Amino acid sequence: MQNPQLTDDGKLKHLLSIEGLPKKILNQILDTAESFVGVAEREVKKVPLLRGKTVCNLFFENSTRTRTTFEIAAKRLSADVITLNVSTSSQSKGETILDTIDNLTAMHADMFVVRHSQSGAAHMIAKHVAPHIHVINAGDGRHAHPTQGLLDAFTIRRYKPDMHNLRVAIVGDVLHSRVARSEIHALTTLGVPEVRVIAPKTLLPQDVEKLGVHVYHDMREGLKDVDVVMMLRLQNERMAGAMLPSSQEYFKTYGLTQEKLALAKPDAIVLHPGPMNRGVEIDSAVADGTQSVILPQVTYGIAVRMAVMSILAGN
Amino acid sequence: MKIHIKNGHLIDPKNSTDAKQDVYIAAGKIVSIGKAPEGFSANQTIDATNLIIIPGLVDLSARLREPGFEHKATLESEMLAAAAGGVTSLACPPDTDPVLDEPGLVEMLKHRAKQLNQAHVYPLGALTHQLEGKEITEMCELNEAGCVGFSQADIAIKDTQVLWRAMQYAATFGFTVWLRPEEPYLSKDGVAHDGEVAARLGLKGIPAVAETLAIASILRIALETGAKVHLCRLSTAEGVDMVRNAKKAGQKVTCDVSANHLHLTDFDIGYFNSNTHLKPPVRSQRDKTALSNGLVDGTIDAICSDHTPVDDDAKLYPFAEAEAGATGLELLLPLTLKWAEDNKLSLSQAVKHITESPANILGIPAGDLSINANADICVFDPKQYWKVEPKALLSQGKNTPFLSLELAGKVKYTFVNGHLVHG
Repeated sequence: MQNPQLTDDGKLKHLLSIEGLPKKILNQILDTAESFVGVAEREVKKVPLLRGKTVCNLFFENSTRTRTTFEIAAKRLSADVITLNVSTSSQSKGETILDTIDNLTAMHADMFVVRHSQSGAAHMIAKHVAPHIHVINAGDGRHAHPTQGLLDAFTIRRYKPDMHNLRVAIVGDVLHSRVARSEIHALTTLGVPEVRVIAPKTLLPQDVEKLGVHVYHDMREGLKDVDVVMMLRLQNERMAGAMLPSSQEYFKTYGLTQEKLALAKPDAIVLHPGPMNRGVEIDSAVADGTQSVILPQVTYGIAVRMAVMSILAGN
Repeated sequence: MKIHIKNGHLIDPKNSTDAKQDVYIAAGKIVSIGKAPEGFSANQTIDATNLIIIPGLVDLSARLREPGFEHKATLESEMLAAAAGGVTSLACPPDTDPVLDEPGLVEMLKHRAKQLNQAHVYPLGALTHQLEGKEITEMCELNEAGCVGFSQADIAIKDTQVLWRAMQYAATFGFTVWLRPEEPYLSKDGVAHDGEVAARLGLKGIPAVAETLAIASILRIALETGAKVHLCRLSTAEGVDMVRNAKKAGQKVTCDVSANHLHLTDFDIGYFNSNTHLKPPVRSQRDKTALSNGLVDGTIDAICSDHTPVDDDAKLYPFAEAEAGATGLELLLPLTLKWAEDNKLSLSQAVKHITESPANILGIPAGDLSINANADICVFDPKQYWKVEPKALLSQGKNTPFLSLELAGKVKYTFVNGHLVHG
């Protein structure tokens, strides 16, 4: 089965998932992002790499941060940007995703940035679009959020350049998290020797260890001597079913506090993809503390998304 | 009408025939095997040199989509597909619209099918009204109208009190209850086997325990009530073990597997191929092997096509939202042959699972070529390869996980009651 993200000669055609991408391409994206970090600090925050191109942000699911950073990234590359919030309810009234895509293609969009609540939506769109069009997955169901995985890897690389000598813990709702899946693939591909996941059994997928991670249920044990702690967002609806009893109990068992963070290496850094639930998965003292790199993540997110777009556009 | 099928290789598992034999048909019945009856002069002679003659296939699960879903398939299109697949008898589940829970609907379906004069259609009636799992149907009336058993199709009964009563009532009259074992809460919203692939793709899983728990309840209630049970489309290794043990302990239970599940695993989902979205989900390599072994050792009785034609548009959604199901009538024979070849089994051993065994489960006069049996016959070329593609399929459903695969086994002639319906 050929990876639908790559051209016949192995170049990046779409960015749908980090799984299956060679390390070379991941490094190419991270290195390119490095060169874009400076752009934001200039007087004129623009480069002309996507001039004349139309980037279409297609959000079938709500998002503020991801949508905004994609918009800023495209604008800094001088692209024309259209952002459409297509609520899933209007979808069910008639037009299918592929009809929407066809219409926008007829308006000469060059690149689609897609978010959808269903796993596999971005793959389906990529399979459908004309050959000159590029698709970037901005999050599909529980499956993947590759630019988030990349920006997390980029952030880690900036603070801990020797990726081959790291111990990373991902904490929280891995089962429902596209971010966790993309982080796992990014880190294992980039050569991080030990990736741990820490969660109760109700929030871990069956056979998760086959993704190349070590499973921990006890947070204190799992955080021991790690260099990086990656927290995941916990959706409030998890408390409604039988997944978790209460946010208080979750905070007690899996919330990141200064006391638990002290078990990690003294210079460990803390990441969170946002938006945070303070007092649920993370204590404010940690979120705003010296080890937190949560705001730099947002800044680097723009550079990474610029890198992905410019590489896809052939620069 | 007298027909002579000559020079073919006859395989008839029930009569342990596996040899070059001529077949003689008169007035819709088999009149002789081997030698021509005295004074037989054929109106039609079929040359079956290098071809194999088997009893017409009996398919335990073929959705014809009528009434109600004519945009997916019609009786006309699917009966042609059955003939092209060598299928001469088929059982259809009750999940039509309206549901087959009233005698009038069943009579109408039987009448429409009979008019087309092709495969014999054996409807399964709904076990509960509207398949809602609340009130039992008029099973005696439905049986008189032509239902050969009672089923919940893909909709499991949640209320075990209802399941218990339905099985008691069916047992009273000796009707067989057909159930696909899947615990509805454990499988809720699930679309793929709960394993590595679902973990990677972020698809909601259906754990194996959803099947085993349902099998445990069904087998236990069957034992208590004395109901005859047929378990539809097993998918897990543990499920096969449970049925094996029940059979060993002397419980009367039969079961089938779909041809899809003998060949596919969750890895075939690849990059969200919605054609592999099936019910039950395709599972792990270990499950696939166990299903195959279960067939070989007799735990699983029959292979069905699980023919579920879906219109193309319904597949143009992300995996979980795409409608489940695949076309199958025309693939049942080639997929069974491939299973036999992959597992180094004799043709006779394989053919039994699509002829004699399913006919026994249905309790119908079919599945063998004994003297005086109905002349329901399939003649095929075992060496001819054909490519599975939309234009090669007569079914209105063109979606199958096997698209673009080359399969051996091409049906050349199909007879129903001695009447040539394909070829």
